[in-house]
Formats: sequence, structure tokens, C-alpha cells
Amino acid sequence: MISRLTVLLSLVAWLAAGAASHAAAAPAPSPKVAAALTDLTGDDADKREAAVTVIGQTRDPKWIQFLSALRDGSVYTRARSGKTELVVGGTKATKGDQDVIDIASAYEREPLGTVPLTDLKEVPADRRLRLTIKPFLDADETQAQLADPDPNVRRGAAVKLGNQAVATAAPVVEEALKKESDRWVRHALAEALALIQLANGTPAQRAAAARSLGDLHSESAMPSLQRLAADTAASPAERAAAVMAIRGIERWGLLTRTVETLFQGASLASILLLMALGLAVVFGLMGVINMAHGELMALGAYSTFVVQNWFRAAWPSHFDSYFLVALPVSFLVAAAVGLVLERGVIRFLYGRPLETLLLTWGASLIIQQGLRLWFGAANVDVSSPSWLSGGVPVMVGLTLPYNRVFIIGLATAAVAAMYWLLFRTNAGLRIRAVTQNRAMSSCLGVRAGVVDATTFAFGAGLAGLAGCALTQIGNVGPSLGQNYIVDSFMVVVTGGVGKLAGTILASAGLGGLTKGIEPALGAVFGKVAILVGVILFLQRRPAGLFATRGRNAEA
Amino acid sequence: MPKREVVALGIAAIVVAVVLPLCNLLPAGSPLAISNFTLNLFGKFLTYAILALGLDLLWGYAGVLSLGHGVFFGLGAYAMGMHLMLEIGSKSVYQSSLPDFMVWNQVKSLPLFWWPFHSAAFTLLAIVLVPALFGFAFGYLAFRSRIRGVYFSIITQALALSAWLVFNRNEMNLGGTNGLADFKTIFGFPLSQPATQRGLYVVTALVLIAGYVLCRWITATRAGKVLVAIRDSETRVLFSGYSPAAYKLFVFVVSAVLAGVAGALYAPQVGIITPAKIGVLPSIEMVVWVAAGGRGTLYGAVLGAFGVNWIQSWLTTSYPDLWLLFLGGLFMGAVLFFPDGVVGALGRLGARARRIVSRRADPAAATPSVSLGRPTS
Repeated sequence: MISRLTVLLSLVAWLAAGAASHAAAAPAPSPKVAAALTDLTGDDADKREAAVTVIGQTRDPKWIQFLSALRDGSVYTRARSGKTELVVGGTKATKGDQDVIDIASAYEREPLGTVPLTDLKEVPADRRLRLTIKPFLDADETQAQLADPDPNVRRGAAVKLGNQAVATAAPVVEEALKKESDRWVRHALAEALALIQLANGTPAQRAAAARSLGDLHSESAMPSLQRLAADTAASPAERAAAVMAIRGIERWGLLTRTVETLFQGASLASILLLMALGLAVVFGLMGVINMAHGELMALGAYSTFVVQNWFRAAWPSHFDSYFLVALPVSFLVAAAVGLVLERGVIRFLYGRPLETLLLTWGASLIIQQGLRLWFGAANVDVSSPSWLSGGVPVMVGLTLPYNRVFIIGLATAAVAAMYWLLFRTNAGLRIRAVTQNRAMSSCLGVRAGVVDATTFAFGAGLAGLAGCALTQIGNVGPSLGQNYIVDSFMVVVTGGVGKLAGTILASAGLGGLTKGIEPALGAVFGKVAILVGVILFLQRRPAGLFATRGRNAEA
Repeated sequence: MPKREVVALGIAAIVVAVVLPLCNLLPAGSPLAISNFTLNLFGKFLTYAILALGLDLLWGYAGVLSLGHGVFFGLGAYAMGMHLMLEIGSKSVYQSSLPDFMVWNQVKSLPLFWWPFHSAAFTLLAIVLVPALFGFAFGYLAFRSRIRGVYFSIITQALALSAWLVFNRNEMNLGGTNGLADFKTIFGFPLSQPATQRGLYVVTALVLIAGYVLCRWITATRAGKVLVAIRDSETRVLFSGYSPAAYKLFVFVVSAVLAGVAGALYAPQVGIITPAKIGVLPSIEMVVWVAAGGRGTLYGAVLGAFGVNWIQSWLTTSYPDLWLLFLGGLFMGAVLFFPDGVVGALGRLGARARRIVSRRADPAAATPSVSLGRPTS
């Protein structure tokens, strides 16, 4: 089986080489290579290894293919007019009682006909030789990847070649650049080319390369540019170009970091918003902080996990669409649990918010421990559907991950749905009525109990949705809820009750502020600073951003 | 204080502070003997009871629910722990005059804020003053701007989370996640000696009794009446010309100090203090001691702290999986079925029994008892 595979591989290599051999004239191998080839047929292991290195360092694609064939054990020697000649074997066949093989010349791969296998002697490739060959083949593979159909692979290969900055790769990169149409791959190729020239070119080429790297905003060129700028042996033109390029790249880096921070802030804000939305509506309606909100999120996340496992077991061909099913499922699971919680216990405690707080905390402990007993204490693995992995490159040095973009979109959709529900439907009208004045609404025929139950279930469902979204960016474990819950409480407290705008503004503010000060203070002291900020903010507005105005002294 | 309560308190004080340590002195074979381990466990429960007293004063009387009292407990415990760490001197594992974790973290010289803790007098002062000042600053900001009810609870919970995060950091030079541990002596007495532990136990019991008397005294004064009035309707108190913020701030500071003292007694008896004692979960667990025991009664809080922790130490060793389920059930049960705790439930049972007895004796005298109503939150 294995040998058949190697034969097949070498055949492919042989065909490819045959196609390429028409393009270039056949130069005689340099004396060094010729000596190496002779060494290769010998018995001295050290000499053979040195020979492979010499051949590999030519970085000639054809010699690399020869090494590949050597590794696969399809290089043979044959005696020809008194000399030993290296040939590459192709397809093996049986003719009569003889095993025959197609052979081709070592470098040009010109077909040399079919000969009996007994006329040939295999050049053995032991483990040591194969290990020596491997890096050369890998480097070659990177160049081959430049022709890959997937732009991400092409881009990765270009970046790798740029980092290696080997002079012989330059023509390959140039060739690829001519054919390339994808904007980001072109950028990476141009960057790689400039990096190669910066490392290996003439002074004029280096100056030009530095300028072009500056224009390309190449962050990865910074170390070599800084070396060049400090290099006293380099010409003044080169050094000036390098300094200019460094300045440009630094400015661009500042820009990308700013945009990135803004995006991260927006991403955190939408996570907070998704979590706080359900919390805030319930708080506004019943004055109840639902301490089990985080555990409802965990329930949503575990529902996603279960749905994923169903798809993996029963419907592997549609695995990618599991997430679309998981979104409503996690909403419904969390909403059902929320409904049970509200009808079962919370409704007996209206008007006693602190006791409800303790009650829901108790419920959260039970749900959390239940999840731990059922699914185990370790984190479970939820894999992203392929359409959420990767990212969209928006500018040089900045790629926005799809999962974050998705969460921002989901939060926006949730807010839009919430607005529609509250201000465009009868149910929303009733919710707003009970929020403003429970007693009066009851007098006018609104069934406050039903409104409470549905709103609580809806808020819980939103928590489940948030949990489902969180599976894409974080770990899923029994204590998932605990990690975010205090932050979302802060959002609700800062936002105030009764107005959605308060929640939105507060999550945007807290999310942005957190990401803004995190680089300066670190995550922990950033959090402390946020707490101090919230307390100071509440000095000015004790009831949050948008307090409901009224004549009620308790408000 | 009513006479009956004085008698009950006296009996309880004698049992806890005198009889139990004496039982510990009995030889191990004796039927009344209490092992060193059990006495140490009781000592730990007593420190929790001191904290619960303050929490009950704050929540049961003034209606302010703090979910961050673990922080004050931690401040007291760390203040004591820092002194004990310095007392070790160079008898530590690394034989350095610095505490072991500093050697480990490659801290070259003792940080400035550790220096005063060489002095025992300063440490005792800090145990009271640090929680008091911190409680004052936090309470002043919170109560001045009329943050109340659920808002206040959430803010204190955020405080607990932040404090936990900060104490976990190594660069705070407070031992990071591992906290302070491996204490050797306290004011010169070796901590490994049963006699020292017994002495600590007696001190804890005396502090608990003193704390109880202090809290009872506060509730009996006019200020105590105002506190209850604030709990029942803060707005009316405000309109009657009182400043609820000042009263709440006072009681908040008192409870913070009680928590700090409790922490300071906790550290030498348990032998370790880590950030795990000051986070969100331990802070809210303290509330359930008060809720389960019965709030607004003081002795309910003491009984709750003792009872819940006893159950915890039994469950976590025998059925570790069940502890969180039990704790969650306790939160829900205490709120739903025993809003005034075990003490209240027993009281109601007793009242009903008395009514039945008196009705049998003299049916005409049986009048419906008037309940003062359960405290609203």
C-alpha cells in the first residue's frame, strides 16, 4: 500500500517535472552539485548528508523535487557507458517474468525509457538522510502553497516567505504577485518581496524596499528596518528611507490599535448588552435583580453544546448549521427554566426585592451544581461552525474575527427586537404599563401576573441567547455565568431602570471604558477603576443614567 | 435588656466561654471531653458568629443588605496575618527575614506598608481601624448619594469581586492566591500548642459576648429605634427630620469593625487566610447564616452562623457534591418558608403552644396575639 502510494507520488512529481522541463534550457549542474551527486551514491553517511545539504541549498525547484524522490526511495543508480548515472524511477510494472520501471533523468526528468528493475540500484534514504531533506521540502512546500486555491493559505505562505527572507524565493514571489488577484494576498506578497530585498538586495534595492515597506505599513518589517536604520555601514539614503518607513509604520500602528480597541470595546459592550438586556427589563418591571441570570446563560451555553453533539452524531453533513438551531433552542430552554422559576417561587416574593435577590442566588447555586453533576466540572468543548471561524481583514494589520462581528450583530438584533416588542406590540404596552405603575395597571385590567411571568421568561430566554453566543468566544463550564454576571449587574445599576436607552448606553460606556483603560492599568486594576467610577457616577445620579421621573419619593 | 435575656445570655456565656474550654482540659477518654480539633472548629464558628452579629445589625435592623462583608473580614484577617508573618522572622522555610512568599516572588526588601505590622499594638489598632476607615469611605459615598436597596447590594457585591481580584495579585505583596499561612507564634505564644488555641478560643468567645452586648445596647437605644424605622420606611424617617444616611453609615462601620475583628481572630485559629475567603460567594454565604438563623434578633444570627457552618463542615467532608445544592436550597427555603429564620419559626411554634395551653386553662383570656410583622427588606 505504502509503496504504491510513493510510486504514485513520484509519478505525479515526474509528470509535473516533465511539464516544467520544456520551459527552461538544461544547464549543466555546477561542479559543486556534480560532486555532491557523486557523494550521494557513495557509502559515507556524513558525505551523503553534506551532499543533500548542498543540493538543497540550490533552492532549485527541480533539485528539491529530486530530493523528494530521494526521500521516497525512488532514486536509482545505473551503470551507463562506464559511469554511474542517477535516475528517478516512475511507474513499476510487470512484463512477462520481469519487473520493469519507467525512469527519467535526475534533473530534467527527461524520460529515459523503461528498464528492468534488476539493472538499477536503489539509492537508500535512511532516517538521517530523510531528516536532512525535510526542511528543504518544507520550504518548497511553502512556495507551492502560493498557488493554493484558498487565499488564506496563500497569504500565510507569503507571510512565512517574508519572514524567512531567503533570496532564492524572490523570483517565486514575484511570479505569484503577477498572477495574484486577491487584495490581501497581493499585499502579503508585496510585503514578502520587500522583506526579501531588504535582507538580500543591493543598497538601492534595500532603500526601495524600505520605502515600499513603509507604504505597506508592514509591522513585521520593524525589527529589520530598525536594524537598517541603526546600521552605520549602510548608505545614508538607505537609513533615511528606513527611518521614514519606521515613522510611517508607527503612525499606522497607532491607528490600527485605536480601531482595534474601539472594536474590542464594541464587542465587549455587545456581550454586556446581551446579558444585561434581559436583566434590565426584569429589574425595571419587578424591581428584582435576577442573580440566577448568569446560570441561565450557562444553561443556554450547555444547550448549544447538546445541540452540537446531536448534529455531530445524527447529522454530520450539516454540522455547520447546528448553531442556527442552537440559537432558538438555547433561548427556549432558558426561557422555560425562567418561567418555572418565576411561577414556582419568585411570584411569592413580590415587593421584597432583597429576599428575591437571595432566592435567585440560591436558585443559581442549585442550577450551577446541577450542571456540574450532569456535565462534569471540566469545561466542555463547543466548536465553532466554519462560517464563524476566521475573520474579515479590514485594514493592514487588523483582522476582525467573525465571531465577534456576529455577536455585535446579534446584540443589535436583540435590541431591535426588544424595541419592537416594547413599543410596537400590545404585550409591550402592557409591560410598560406594569413597569410604570403596577397597581394602576391591575385596576385597569392588565393581568400583572401574566405580564410578570412572560417578561421574566423572555428575559431568561435572552440570557440563554447570550450564553449561546458566548460559546463562540469563551470557555463553557459550570461557572460560566459567574465570570460575567457582576459586570452585567453593574450595567443595569449604571443604566437605571425603565429605559432601554440607559442599558444600551451603560453597556457601551462600560465596555468601551474597560477596553480603553485595560492596556494602561491591566485587567484587574481596570475593573477596580470601573467600580470606583460607577460609585462616583452614582453620586451624581443615584438611580442610574435614565431614572424614571415622578413624584414618588422612593424612586 | 429584659431580665430573661440577661439570664439566657449569662448561661450561654458560661457554657461557651468556660464550660467548653474546661471540657477540652479533660482527659481524652472522658465522656464529656472535647478534642482540640472540635474546640478549634468551634472557635472558627464563633468568629463567624461575631461577623454575623454585625451583618444582622446592618440587615436585620437597618434593612441594608451588604453582599461584600467578606472584604472587611479579609481586611481584619490580613492585618493579623501580616503581623503573624512578621513574627515568624527567619524561622521560615527560606530562613529569610522576609515572609516566604516574598522570597518566592523575589521581593528584595519588606514593602513599606508591612513595616508598622512589626508592632503588636499597631496591629491590634489596624484590625479595628482599617475596616472602619474603609467601611466609612465606602459607606459615606454609597449612603450620601442615597444608593439603597438592591443597588447597594449590587455595589457591595462588585466591591467583593474587585477586592478578591486585587488580593489575588502577586504585586500587592499579600501572598497572591496562596494568601498568608504557616504562622508559628502569636504575640510570642506558639500556635501549635493546645493551650494557645484554647486561649484564642476563650478570647473569641469573650469578644463574641462583648459584641453581642454592644449590638444589643445599640438596638436598645434611640438610634436602634431609628434604624428599625429606616428599615421599615426610610422616606418617612427622612421626612421626620432624621438623616438616615448618618445612621446607616454608623451601623455599617460598626458591622465592618465586627467583621474585621472576626477575621483577625479567624486567621490565627485556622492558620491561613486566602483571597478565597473574601470573594463573592463567601460574602453572600455570610448573609445566609443570618437569614437561616433569623434576622433582626441578633441571637438568631449567632445560632445561624454556628448551625450553617456545622452542617457545612459535615456535608463537605461526607457529601461534597451536595453542599452547594444544600446551600442553594437553604437560601430558597430560608426566604420562602422561614422569613424570620429558625428562631422565628421556633418562636411561632412556641406562641401557638402557649395559646393552646392558655386557651385550655382559661378560654376567655385567649386573645389573638398581635404580631409585630416580619421585617420587610
